[in-house]
Amino acid sequence: MSHVANSKGRGGFIAGFLILPLALYLTFVIWPYIQTFGYSFTNWTGQSPTFDFVGLDNYSALMKDEVFGGALLHNLLLLVFVPAITILISLFFAFMLNAGGRSGAGGVQGVAGSALYKVIYFFPQVLSLAILAVLFGAVYRSDEGGLLNGFLTTLGLVDPSHPIEWLNEPNFVLWCLLLVVVWHGVGFYLVLFSAAMQSVPKDIYEAALLDGAGRAQTFFKVTLPLLWDSVQTSAVYLGIAAMDMFVLVSTMTSGQFGGGPDHHSEVMATVLMRNFLYFGNAGYACAMGVVMLVLTLILSAITLRATRREHVEF
Amino acid sequence: MTTVVKAPGEAAAEKKRSAATGQPRGKNKSGSDGMVLNVFSHGFLAVWGILIVLPLIWLVLGSFKTDVQIGSSALSWPSNWHFDAFGRAWDKGIGDYFANTLIVMVFSVPLTMLLGSMAAYVLARYPFRGNRPIYYFFVSGAMFPVFLALVPLFFMVKRLDMLNSYQGLILVYVAYSMPFTVFFMHSFFRTLPTAVHEAAVIDGASHTRIFFQVMMPMAKPGLISVGIFNVLGQWNQYILPSVLMQPQTGSDPERYVLTQGLIQLQYQMGYETDLPVLFAGVTIAMIPMLVVYLSFQRQIQAGLTSATIK
Repeated sequence: MSHVANSKGRGGFIAGFLILPLALYLTFVIWPYIQTFGYSFTNWTGQSPTFDFVGLDNYSALMKDEVFGGALLHNLLLLVFVPAITILISLFFAFMLNAGGRSGAGGVQGVAGSALYKVIYFFPQVLSLAILAVLFGAVYRSDEGGLLNGFLTTLGLVDPSHPIEWLNEPNFVLWCLLLVVVWHGVGFYLVLFSAAMQSVPKDIYEAALLDGAGRAQTFFKVTLPLLWDSVQTSAVYLGIAAMDMFVLVSTMTSGQFGGGPDHHSEVMATVLMRNFLYFGNAGYACAMGVVMLVLTLILSAITLRATRREHVEF
Repeated sequence: MTTVVKAPGEAAAEKKRSAATGQPRGKNKSGSDGMVLNVFSHGFLAVWGILIVLPLIWLVLGSFKTDVQIGSSALSWPSNWHFDAFGRAWDKGIGDYFANTLIVMVFSVPLTMLLGSMAAYVLARYPFRGNRPIYYFFVSGAMFPVFLALVPLFFMVKRLDMLNSYQGLILVYVAYSMPFTVFFMHSFFRTLPTAVHEAAVIDGASHTRIFFQVMMPMAKPGLISVGIFNVLGQWNQYILPSVLMQPQTGSDPERYVLTQGLIQLQYQMGYETDLPVLFAGVTIAMIPMLVVYLSFQRQIQAGLTSATIK
């Protein structure tokens, strides 16, 4: 640090610059977070100004709450599949884009038009989840008017008199939502991995090529270890997204705040919102928020530990 | 076009190299499997490209169909190229939702950038007691799911009498954008050289003036990245407005933002059997995103991805 730190008017300047951001942040972010812990030990409805302290009742009720339990299972399912599928597809395409071209003596090159592919693939990332919900609501429509059913009937895979009700089939609904998340995310992670691949010095690849490594070997022995940091970060981000899912579930599936049919697409966030805004169980909803936080932290830690490797410098 | 710009001369260097090694390009031992892989990868890449583009085009085409057409067959071609569904969508509220979103963001984005940069700057360049705790305090907010705060947040905004008001949503957006903005700008301000700063001090410029006239211009690349991130994040935000921007009484006007409005429209048009309006509404909402994206796609891709990796 420079001697700037010791010039006049310093204290006032520091305080003046920090006061507004801190005040806002305390009021709307930190204080509500802290309050949530407090409210989670009460039977507050949100309507009445009074409430009683009920200790761990909300938490023990949560343990027995079958809807919440089911929602938790769905979140865990998504938590495994969303990152795994998205990262696999993105890595595959990033590899195709960067090394799928013809080989030159300078190693392997990207395919022609990789810039155009990136532009197209990345676009869903700038669309809001609300737009995705409407778009895929139309794609998954339960009659001939749905794009998916329309295609499958044209191909003769679906009987036109019994189109598939994608979002109302207990066994399909969660996978349909998963596909939307993957469709949304692949482009982003592909660009991320591409950038990481291109930052790898070319001579490393040349050395591998000279040593007689094939493409696959180069990928697993050279590229992947060098990309590992980005893969790890992506897994955590995608995991956090899989713990949320509120927008898509609440807008695409049946029921008050979604979760249908018969709770087959329920996630923790939708149960929380229903309890808070519809049933008036504010204290109970706060307990769910705390559970979500604890799970998110545990899962981030697990992801980072499970994917830990020796760090490769280049 | 790509995120990573090839250094000029790199291609030429490659050519030179292949000339030097005496191997014609594409004729080394992996040449033939390279060829197969090339076709193979183009095939895969094209399929995914179609999977992205096709649903979007199909949705836009839906704005020109009739409701009956939409319901009866997905693969029908619009029979009339009228724009009246767009007009109806606009009247149904898309225009208002647009206006509401813009009103909020005209204030929330600049405020986010200003306050976030101010805090990040002080924390990055002025050591004082409590600096680290305050920094971690700001950054830790990024770790928590927003659902953790939602219930008390609602009552906090209610107590301030700011439910269903622009100023309420603006302040909440700014507050929730702080962790990321502070984190990103903090790492950026740390990398800026101190020499310029010191020179300005010797010239007798005040701290505030140095910040606005010396440091902010120097931090422009960082500001652009984090700005893109915040614009997209706030434009696409749904959870916060759907809790905080609901009419509180019968006489309270609707102030839905665009994301809420589209969901509202989906709900309404399902009842009124006027799906072309819904598709037209989504198309209208997508057009600015598409234009902005195509104009700045390199900065957007670089900005969003670098923001993630930091």
